[in-house]
Amino acid sequence: MKPKIAFNWKKMIEHKLFFPFVALAIILLFDLIFIPGFFRLQTKEGHLYGNLVDILRNGSTVMLLALGMTLVIATGGVDLSVGAVMAIAASVAAILMNPVIIGMKLPPDLMKFINDPNFTYAPLWQVITVTLIVATFCGMWNGLLVAYVKIQPMVATLILMIAGRGIAQLITNGVRIQIFYEPYAFLGSGWLILPFSLYIVALVFLLASLLTRKTAIGLFIESVGVNARSSFFSGIDEKKIKLLAYTFCGFCAGVAGLVASSNIRTSDANNIGLNYELDAILAVVIGGTLMAGGRFSLLASLIGALVMQATTTSMYAFGVPANAVLAIKGVVVILVILLYSEQVRSFIRRFTAPKEARS
Amino acid sequence: MADSSYIVEMHGIHKIFPGVQALSGVDLFIAPGEIHALVGENGAGKSTLIKVLTGVEKPDAGKILLDGAEIAVKSPLHAQELGISTVYQEINLCPNLTVAENILIGHEPRNRWGSIQWKAMNAHAQQALQRLDIAIDVAQPLGTYSVAIQQMVAIARALEISSARVLILDEPTSSLDAHETAQLFQVMRKLKDAGVAIIFITHFLDQVYAVTDRITVLRNGTLVGTYETATLTRLDLIAKMIGRSLTELDEMSKIKRESQKHIHGDVLLQAKGLGLTGAIAPFDLELHAGEVLGVAGLLGSGRTEITHLLFGVDRPDSGSLALAQKEVKRYSPLASIGRGVALCPEDRKAAGIVDDLTVRENIILALQASRGWFKYLGLPQQYEIADRYIALLNIATPSADQPVKNLSGGNQQKVILARWLATNPQVLILDEPTRGIDVGAKAEIQKLVLSLAEEGKACVFISSELEEVLRTSHRIVVLRDREKITEFSSDVGEHTIMQAIAGSEA
Repeated sequence: MKPKIAFNWKKMIEHKLFFPFVALAIILLFDLIFIPGFFRLQTKEGHLYGNLVDILRNGSTVMLLALGMTLVIATGGVDLSVGAVMAIAASVAAILMNPVIIGMKLPPDLMKFINDPNFTYAPLWQVITVTLIVATFCGMWNGLLVAYVKIQPMVATLILMIAGRGIAQLITNGVRIQIFYEPYAFLGSGWLILPFSLYIVALVFLLASLLTRKTAIGLFIESVGVNARSSFFSGIDEKKIKLLAYTFCGFCAGVAGLVASSNIRTSDANNIGLNYELDAILAVVIGGTLMAGGRFSLLASLIGALVMQATTTSMYAFGVPANAVLAIKGVVVILVILLYSEQVRSFIRRFTAPKEARS
Repeated sequence: MADSSYIVEMHGIHKIFPGVQALSGVDLFIAPGEIHALVGENGAGKSTLIKVLTGVEKPDAGKILLDGAEIAVKSPLHAQELGISTVYQEINLCPNLTVAENILIGHEPRNRWGSIQWKAMNAHAQQALQRLDIAIDVAQPLGTYSVAIQQMVAIARALEISSARVLILDEPTSSLDAHETAQLFQVMRKLKDAGVAIIFITHFLDQVYAVTDRITVLRNGTLVGTYETATLTRLDLIAKMIGRSLTELDEMSKIKRESQKHIHGDVLLQAKGLGLTGAIAPFDLELHAGEVLGVAGLLGSGRTEITHLLFGVDRPDSGSLALAQKEVKRYSPLASIGRGVALCPEDRKAAGIVDDLTVRENIILALQASRGWFKYLGLPQQYEIADRYIALLNIATPSADQPVKNLSGGNQQKVILARWLATNPQVLILDEPTRGIDVGAKAEIQKLVLSLAEEGKACVFISSELEEVLRTSHRIVVLRDREKITEFSSDVGEHTIMQAIAGSEA
């Protein structure tokens, strides 16, 4: 019996999901000990509420971003513009539903519907489709700059990071548009037993998994990330792979923008997705994907995003003032990265090895 | 030791890297005021020896003497303090800083309050360059000058900062044209007259004969010998660099004679006037089914450049290439795979293996690339292919799921071979497939090449080891200075080919 257990230990430690799970478990353990009632779940009208559900719900935008960011980082790049793309997406969606700029010229009989929770200028499916197309094009723009113009990823995506919020403001003519349309608000703040945004995360995760693991795309992304030249010599079109990764990342940012704007019911070009690109990058790093590119795990990135969100939620529940939370997040990130270091790994290996020897 | 007329003595240097004996018992003696060539093919141990001398690597055994006293070089910085300076192939200066700043960076003349005295600095730099007979405006950014001048500035810095008495030039001429090279040689002779000892590493034999006094030849990490340049003929030098042994020769030539019968006339690949300016002069080449075509020539003679044109890595700017009578229009590795061409590149680490991926993934990579994104080979099929080639090529790995970086060099090479065999190529180009792998694996790969030819495939076989080329090839193309010189049938002797490689003054 014993050797088998030791063997499983070893396998578990080598597994990609092990460390993200350990990090998450440590945070939840902290909650269990220091915050009474943290794990309490309530049901209201058949829906689940509680801190754990909050972590999932508030983490959903970063989870969405992390999915796209994982592919980009796996190719050896990075996308700093996802937060700005979220803002663009929010502006596009808002103006399609509530074209106040055009609305000024609308006849008064239509104007009175502007605040009606059932009024939308364009139907919901159009809002979602057009928004996602715009966001996907934003991603494609990044991909073109990185893969074909060969600008360094950080610089290339910095362009849209800076310009994006300006574009978002241009779209709405500088106005923060209120969103009243209820069906749209359901995307980010609705519940179907669990928060509806989680189903969106699951859907995008499924899509990304199918895209990367049921086709050769995942293998090619990893190959390009590990050694672009060898991949080129093997006949892999490195440029197309990079273009695809950035395009998909833009798409994910678009979905995240829809969720975020429907949650706060406004298109706030200055604040939607602000600093989210950094959270998404950290989520991917916590998920164990190297910034240099190579092997990636979408699930591990999702858990990475949850580690980030669990920290924030726990701190709030613990009563840490909002402005100190960022500093504590920083400490958690340092601890997690230390946990990943080769020293700690070999320490754990040494810790498990004698067991094998003894049995 | 007092009688030592040498400035640097290296005795019995051993260096072992994981799995490789990089140097075994190498001696090197450098006299003051001499230009000493250090030659050998890739992997001979030249750069390791230099790294030991400059403190980048610690020797596992052996001792280094400077002026007759034993020293332990701790770091490159320490080497500089001892008066041993290195100018590397790729210039590590800052092109955006001025020439003067580059020469004196970290040693700027300062006034009492610590600010830099620019006038004194420029004057000082000017002086330093004057020693090399170079008059340029030292206040200009370095990047505005030619590569040759930049190289001189690097030399000036080496002399100025460490008052170097031993100067190591690591392939300084590889990016210089003929005129610039001549300029560099002038500087080298001037330094020599001033008593500086120069270790000159180069692949160009013309240059060895143009400036050096003595030559030390290394091969496979061992010392072949040190010779007076004036008394060593070019042919002898090449023979010493390439080396020859008679192992397995008989068996190989038997297989080859057998396979010679299988050559039928079909032309699989035809190049007419194919060339790329700066890489390889226009050449004609024909490759028949069932044939192994050897390519002989020293490093830098254009061997790799030819493979890059044939495989579509580079686009030619003259001539045409046809495969099975069909003119090639699209030049890319992917298009070449589609045409049934495969290339095992020379640089296994940089262009061959994808080291974090598993053996299985590495093996199916090119096949999958040719199938595109969506016709994904299922896992069972991937394992089937991987296991087949692991067995066929005798790849030593615990499983197909082992990351390929954990394999030895020879087995990595076999994985790359497997990757290409899996695409079922008609034309297989092998650029140095046996470099850095042990004798047993070498013989296996040579046999494999011959058996592939027997199946009616065509192979291009490139190696710096002439005997290997002779043993495996039916026909041999000789390259020199990025030009196709001539073609031989493999019946001609080693001597004839060496003469062709060496060129005029043989």
